Amino acid sequence: MKKKLLALLLLSGLLCAALSGCGGGSAGPAAEDGQTDGSTVPDAEPKVNEITVGIAQDLDDSLDPHITVAAGTKEVMFNVFEGLVKPTPEGDLIPAVAEKYELSEDQTAYTFTLREGVRFHNGEPVEMQDVIYSLNRCAGMKGEEPLIPALSAVKGIEASGSTVTITLDQPNTEFLSYLTLAILPEDYDQQDTAPVGTGPFKFVSRAAQDNIVLEKFADYWGEPAYLDKITFKIIENADSILMSLQSGAIDLCSHLTSTQVAQLGDDFNVEEGTMNLVQAMYLNNAEKPFDDVRVRQALCYAVDKQGIIDLAFDGYGSPIGSSMYPAFGKYFDDSLTNYYTRDIEKAKALLADAGYPDGFSMTITVPSNYQPHIDTAQVIVEQLKEIGVNAEIQLVEWGTWVEDVYNLRKFQSTVIGVDASNMTARALLERFTSDYDKNFINYNNAEYDALFQQAITTASDAEQTDFYKQMEANLTENAANVYIQDLVDLVAVRKGLTGVRFYPIYALDLSTVRYEA
Amino acid sequence: MKYALKRLAMLLATMLLVSLFTFIAFELISGDTASAMLGTEATPERLEALREELGLNRPLMVRYAEWLFGFFTGNLGVSTSYRQPVGDLIAPKALVTLYLSLMSFALIVVISIPLGLWSAGRAGGPLDGLRTAFNQLCMAVPPFFTGILLSWGFGIVLKWFVPGEFPDLSANFAGALHYLLFPAVALAIPRIAMTVRMFRSTIQAEMQKDYVRTAISRGNDRGEVLRRHVLKNAIAPIAAFLAQTLAEIVAGSIVVEQVFSIPGLGRILVASIANRDYPTVQAIVVILAFWVVLAGMLSDLVSQCIDPRLRLGGGA
Amino acid sequence: MKQKWNGFLKAGLLLTAFLAAWIVLGFFWTPFDPSAMATGPKLDGPSLQHWMGTDQFGRDIFSRVLQGAGTTSFIALCTVITGAVGGVAVGALTGYFGGLADEILMRLNDALTAFPSILLALVVISILGPGNKYNVIIALGLVFIPSFARISRTAFAALRDVNYVKSARLMGAGNARILLVHMLPNTMSVLLPAITIGFNNAVLAEASMSFLGIGVKPPDASLGYMLSEAQGMLLGAPWYAVSVGITIVLLVFSVGLIGEGLQRRDKGVS
Repeated sequence: MKKKLLALLLLSGLLCAALSGCGGGSAGPAAEDGQTDGSTVPDAEPKVNEITVGIAQDLDDSLDPHITVAAGTKEVMFNVFEGLVKPTPEGDLIPAVAEKYELSEDQTAYTFTLREGVRFHNGEPVEMQDVIYSLNRCAGMKGEEPLIPALSAVKGIEASGSTVTITLDQPNTEFLSYLTLAILPEDYDQQDTAPVGTGPFKFVSRAAQDNIVLEKFADYWGEPAYLDKITFKIIENADSILMSLQSGAIDLCSHLTSTQVAQLGDDFNVEEGTMNLVQAMYLNNAEKPFDDVRVRQALCYAVDKQGIIDLAFDGYGSPIGSSMYPAFGKYFDDSLTNYYTRDIEKAKALLADAGYPDGFSMTITVPSNYQPHIDTAQVIVEQLKEIGVNAEIQLVEWGTWVEDVYNLRKFQSTVIGVDASNMTARALLERFTSDYDKNFINYNNAEYDALFQQAITTASDAEQTDFYKQMEANLTENAANVYIQDLVDLVAVRKGLTGVRFYPIYALDLSTVRYEA
Repeated sequence: MKYALKRLAMLLATMLLVSLFTFIAFELISGDTASAMLGTEATPERLEALREELGLNRPLMVRYAEWLFGFFTGNLGVSTSYRQPVGDLIAPKALVTLYLSLMSFALIVVISIPLGLWSAGRAGGPLDGLRTAFNQLCMAVPPFFTGILLSWGFGIVLKWFVPGEFPDLSANFAGALHYLLFPAVALAIPRIAMTVRMFRSTIQAEMQKDYVRTAISRGNDRGEVLRRHVLKNAIAPIAAFLAQTLAEIVAGSIVVEQVFSIPGLGRILVASIANRDYPTVQAIVVILAFWVVLAGMLSDLVSQCIDPRLRLGGGA
Repeated sequence: MKQKWNGFLKAGLLLTAFLAAWIVLGFFWTPFDPSAMATGPKLDGPSLQHWMGTDQFGRDIFSRVLQGAGTTSFIALCTVITGAVGGVAVGALTGYFGGLADEILMRLNDALTAFPSILLALVVISILGPGNKYNVIIALGLVFIPSFARISRTAFAALRDVNYVKSARLMGAGNARILLVHMLPNTMSVLLPAITIGFNNAVLAEASMSFLGIGVKPPDASLGYMLSEAQGMLLGAPWYAVSVGITIVLLVFSVGLIGEGLQRRDKGVS
């Protein structure tokens, strides 16, 4: 009985404490005071030059960068691998394993000069044969299926001395961005589980569903990393992430929600970037009633982007109006963002026009592991009620989503974020050409297809940009999808740490993160 | 002896059945390993190539037979997502789950037996109603809710442990056990309540029996009777109940592992199902099944000692 | 000898009736539309207007709890009925007839028990489609069959050779009649408490499933789903998790009391 009583007391004490905590809106002064002289101090001292980073997704994939598919894996392994060129936070491409490159007059031949003294993490120097091997592997030069489909445009790869020349069958202004592909050692067969690259950090170990350890690579050719060691801790439960930040178990965590950030307290700085996604309610354009442009437009008029951002994301996030997000700079056309402003009457009129004066019922399929999309869908459901459209959310497992929605296109609508696999406008826009195999919304617009052909064949960058912008406008005007926003990327960084940089691609660069002096 | 052999055969049969279920389940779930791995980058060509590489194109029964053969020769296959031998992958996780379950079980036994005895001895007393009500209350709290409260109270406020920082079992054994104590408590609370209740009602039922009444009416000391006869007879169903508990804890630990970020079997099971990583799921399912069946056998064996009518096959 | 009422039964029924009244009320009326957003400030603490505060969308938590409790109770009730009907059918047949069918069904039963319930639930849900409440009911119902089968098999096997069953058989009663009329009512003393326990287990199982992300999902918000959602806001909005958690505890507790009372009544213990 005593023990039961004790248990009861403890439990009720916890409940009371939990209840009383609500007054302050934070975890209470006790927790915060404790933090400063608690277990976290050793971490804060520079002598232990390492951090623990929380990630929500395990690296449950092949670690071979040419085979890796999962965005979460690529994000972490960005620190381990490099290509001939690598991206910068500004969205440019700078030489990495190559020291410099030249483009021929006719824009079909790229000549790279290898950088001297670049080493792999296993100590071997990077030789020409490794570069050739890596390029051949991705471009499928030996007759096999290319690992990167866009590289099928490569006609030849030739090495001479310390230079390698890649020739294309026609000019392609976006080609360089594909050469961020990782350079790997040729005679090494354990990339799947113990990868070796040339980046500022080297891979040490992976324990499934537990952690991934990276260490600073001492022989890195460029600016060395500040930290000696990074442990990525896999925490799938959203509540545990918060708990782990508070307890000092992790020092840095990205992709937090605004609700999580609001609960963080004073031990953390919050850095704000963008996820670089086109979040939209994607509509199956081949499916009734969305085969009617008026219905799609009605939905666009009924959905209030800013309302979604305010309600579900505490105001964080940038509204968008087409399949392009602001980080793309010159390709982004801000005038499309407010092409449809909320107008219930107009939406109803359009619906009536299309033969649905009383609205209709629809389903929104959402993958269950992406809370931001679920939240967005919930707000959309409420907003659509006002025009008499009765939307129902259908949550499915990610695997089911990929199969049913993305591959088989068996869906009515879905809320999802589409990212760019590389830093080209093509990566975002090609997918809606009518015969593209990943055109999961079945968008079929001849004008759009024609514009795309013009965009990829022109040799002038300015012209190309213009074509791409026309394609974006085409998507907006035809209400291909109900575009919403580029999600915010909130990163919690323990105070005393600095140097987080955001990239226009999905990457978490830790080479610049350091303890403040 | 013959009986034991029979049970052993049944154990094998059950495990085979379970593994076959799993295989069939994987055929029924939408999306296969290849499409789960390639996700949105899947093209028909890449899917086909990967399926070929993983051997997914062959008939179900061929794959099952192959898996069985591997299983009996100690080869659990290679995880399709982690690309590493399943044995290496799950052995450390199984150990963590085992420790967590055993610890929780130890807590249950150590706390509930004296508590149950004490409570049974006091049955009918003035506070009995309240005690029973409290017992019911303890059973009503979901372990993951307790887990959340514990990690907040003891982790964030009191700082008795660092939630999310589970020490490596091999490097810091004591630290790991210390960490596991909290999830073990969360798991144990409702189970303790259940066991105490079971204990109490079993002993009470026994006390109602004629021989006990007679013994007491003859002037034997109540406590003496309780200890010498009642306990002896009550021990069997209680032991059977505890054996069953042992099986259920493992299933319960799956959720608690998630709350405390413990790298155990539960988390890798859920993740592997999502990844359609069938060699891993298959291995874990068989391990869990083995555990459950073993516990079930224990409980059966014990209960058959009291009621031979239940002996299997006895009716034929 | 049997006492019709006892303290636990009374208290349990009273508390359950109280909760049920609220839940039934919730089907017809809630203070706010449970899905209406921005009914007040976001993540606001309990107030006179919002008894349990508001969630991250500014929805009224009390209204949502009422609705969620309804969903949860509905799921648990249907689950337990599915499990009990299926389990008793299996248990009665195997316990009464014994023999090869018993052997085979019990082996299947063992295998089903040994199969991790999460995987079983996931398989069912993935075959039937996404996690709406009916699929969760079927999934959980299946998971619950083995334990009911086990309990009722023992009960029926024990009754097989008692005198009144024997005499019924001698008088030429058919097997179905014996099972349904003579034996089933006499297993109720075991089954009813098992059903109350089953109900509670169903509530907790649904909560666990939702927690792992394979249970009921919006728009069918159940208490389990709400609790898993609330856990992410424990530090900033503890009232959310606490109100939902306490509702679950109360629901389970009240039915648990009924079960306790039933058991005591049948044993003749006050």
